Amino acid sequence: MTLPFQPVILWSDALLLMLLAAVAAFVLHTLRHEHLRAPWRAVWDSRLGMAAAVVLAAYGLIGLLDSLHFRARLPAAAGEPPQYAAEVLSLFDHLVGPLRTQVEESYSAPFATHLFVKKTLVTADGRVVRDYPRLKYGGAHLPDPQGRWADVAARGIEGAGLGSLLAAGAWGLAALGLAVHRRQPLATALAALARERTLKGPRAALLTLTLLVLLTGAVAALAPHYHVLGTDKVGQDVLYLALKSIRTGLLIGTLTTLVVLPLALTLGVAAGYFGGWVDDVIQYLYTTINSIPGVLLIAAAVLVAQVHIETNPQLYDTAAARSDLRLVFLCLILGLTGWVGLARLLRGETLKLRELEYVQAARAFGVTHARILVRHVLPNVAHLVLITLVLDFSGLVLAEAVLSYVGVGVDPVMPSWGNMINGARLELAREPVVWWQLAAAFLFMFVLVLAANLFADSVRAAFDPRSGRIA
Amino acid sequence: MTAYLLRRLLYAIPILIGVNLITFALFFVVNTPDDMARIHLGAKHVTPEAIARWKAEHGYNKPLFYNDQASGVARFTDTLFVQKSLRLFVFDFGRADDGRDIGREIASRMWPSLAIALPTLLVGLAVYVSFALLLVFFRATYLDTAGVVLCVVLMSISGLFYVIASQYLLGKLWNWVPISGYQPGWDGLKFLVLPVLVGVISALGESSRFYRALFLEEMHKDYVRTARAKGLSEAAVLFRHVLGNALIPILTGVVVVIPRLILGSLILESFFGIPGLGSYTIDALQAQDFAIVRAMVFLGSVLYILGLILTDLSYTLVDPRVRLE
Repeated sequence: MTLPFQPVILWSDALLLMLLAAVAAFVLHTLRHEHLRAPWRAVWDSRLGMAAAVVLAAYGLIGLLDSLHFRARLPAAAGEPPQYAAEVLSLFDHLVGPLRTQVEESYSAPFATHLFVKKTLVTADGRVVRDYPRLKYGGAHLPDPQGRWADVAARGIEGAGLGSLLAAGAWGLAALGLAVHRRQPLATALAALARERTLKGPRAALLTLTLLVLLTGAVAALAPHYHVLGTDKVGQDVLYLALKSIRTGLLIGTLTTLVVLPLALTLGVAAGYFGGWVDDVIQYLYTTINSIPGVLLIAAAVLVAQVHIETNPQLYDTAAARSDLRLVFLCLILGLTGWVGLARLLRGETLKLRELEYVQAARAFGVTHARILVRHVLPNVAHLVLITLVLDFSGLVLAEAVLSYVGVGVDPVMPSWGNMINGARLELAREPVVWWQLAAAFLFMFVLVLAANLFADSVRAAFDPRSGRIA
Repeated sequence: MTAYLLRRLLYAIPILIGVNLITFALFFVVNTPDDMARIHLGAKHVTPEAIARWKAEHGYNKPLFYNDQASGVARFTDTLFVQKSLRLFVFDFGRADDGRDIGREIASRMWPSLAIALPTLLVGLAVYVSFALLLVFFRATYLDTAGVVLCVVLMSISGLFYVIASQYLLGKLWNWVPISGYQPGWDGLKFLVLPVLVGVISALGESSRFYRALFLEEMHKDYVRTARAKGLSEAAVLFRHVLGNALIPILTGVVVVIPRLILGSLILESFFGIPGLGSYTIDALQAQDFAIVRAMVFLGSVLYILGLILTDLSYTLVDPRVRLE
């Protein structure tokens, strides 16, 4: 039996799946221990934290769908071995079909029916004029472009209506879960979900979900017929590009963790626990790395990687593999320069822990260093690690845009918010202004970073009682 | 004190050697001068002779560590490591790919960078501290909550947005100030307004929030309770007692960045067309001029270590309890 597609696992996909497995293991471990669950209950009760978590989950879902890659099978005669397309697509590309394929000639404004630039056209009676041509896809179903706003409203409301059904389903499901958990009738559970003070966190989550689903419904109904956020210079749908950029942003923010975590944990804890020359060496190491201006070190390393890729093209077979490797490499570099802060924090904390009675007692009993570190030190610095990683995430997403602007970010052909901004910023000089590409990139980035910041705040408040709450 | 300073200065040497080794490894070992020559020549002109000529022109035609062609001490000194890397220690940065002296470029370009960076730092500090004080004065009210929410929102906006939006609104739409450019002297003041404004606003959220947390931490100390018990007004407590004590971590935190100010900001300088060191670096990165990048990395490390030493000194100045030995 042959599959209608051939799965492709890029390096970043593999690393992302690995990270997800680690997160899943962490969640399972937390769920099984009451003392680990307790701080998360504070997050569960926080309105802003839960609302932000829903937004993050939505971004994460898109990023994940966009990380399952495959190559479609080409139609072949019977008996021949199957041939697969050269283009690597993702499950997300497959799901949003028309968004990817409906490419116009050049710029067009959001919901436009005509191109943004004038072209030489030949009219029906053979005259040659310069005018704005109709778009190939955007609003092409309309006989008269004048009536498009009524059509947009109708379709949008229809989509939002479908979305509201889904949202109602989500509320029903949540109420059902609550009813089973509390052994109450469904109506009582629904009333509790709507009013009860102790459920304010989940309620905020459900409200956010409702908003998201309504918006998604409306956009999904409109997207096959219009370019909701316009098109870019080569006519690609800006909404599609902005959604594709989610994966890049998330990968930069999360894969870096894979490098930061082992380095910071081993070096930071070792420096604090063993002291002496180990401490001296590790301190020397991180002072040296810290003393190099961060952007320059990243830039230098990325330039080196770029030269390496350019001079050894035979090592990378497809363009997708090449840009993917550059992304992985960027994460590696960001991790190599980014572990210092966390390591320093862990060193300080371990210095304190080392002198505590239970560690001293363990040492007096002759427990090995390895065992003390794993049983007594690691669990007591875990909250610091978690807080720092969540706080760093938003900074990394923002850094991607700046690095791409400087020219040392992700591959220029890879969809990313930084590349979108970089490609569009000179178009502000046009008259009238091409604003939608910039606006879309900034908006998508802003929502993700805001959600990450709010979530990080509620995590910090839950795990570190000393820190001030946001409100 | 002198002994302490001397020790700190000596400690800087191994760090700078480390930085030197890292950059040397990146630019000469992982990435050989041959690769560099290939990139600069372009795909069409790559021949062994052309590569050799390019390397000879730019002084890269030497072995890495040991030159068996030379004799005596020159076996070690006539190598890439000594000529290209160790020379940085005497601030001999060599020549850029276009033949200009990097050291002279740095000396002339640091002034425009400072003209942006210093006002940004000073104005920023004043604005952030005032804003944080305002929030602390109205702590636990809706004004405080709104202020913190504003900070989080400002933190979540990309720095590029501030640059692009301000250039568009103030420069293009309202025509208040020139969009970009630079001119030395007082006449050039109008060119500085926009970059300084953007520099201040882009760090407003994060810094104000951090300073607010510092102030709030001070508010719980004993001396504050004593001051209140004496019957001082809330404003007097805040401005006369808390401000002074909270300024210690704020000022010492600022001192570490002061030497690095001359390096300028990559983003601000390149967007606003300031001919400073930031745009110099960005141009070098885009032209893949590794000699300049190496020089800037080394200079950055030196300035950072200088900042650390200055931080220690400033502690003794502002906090009489701290003694260096």
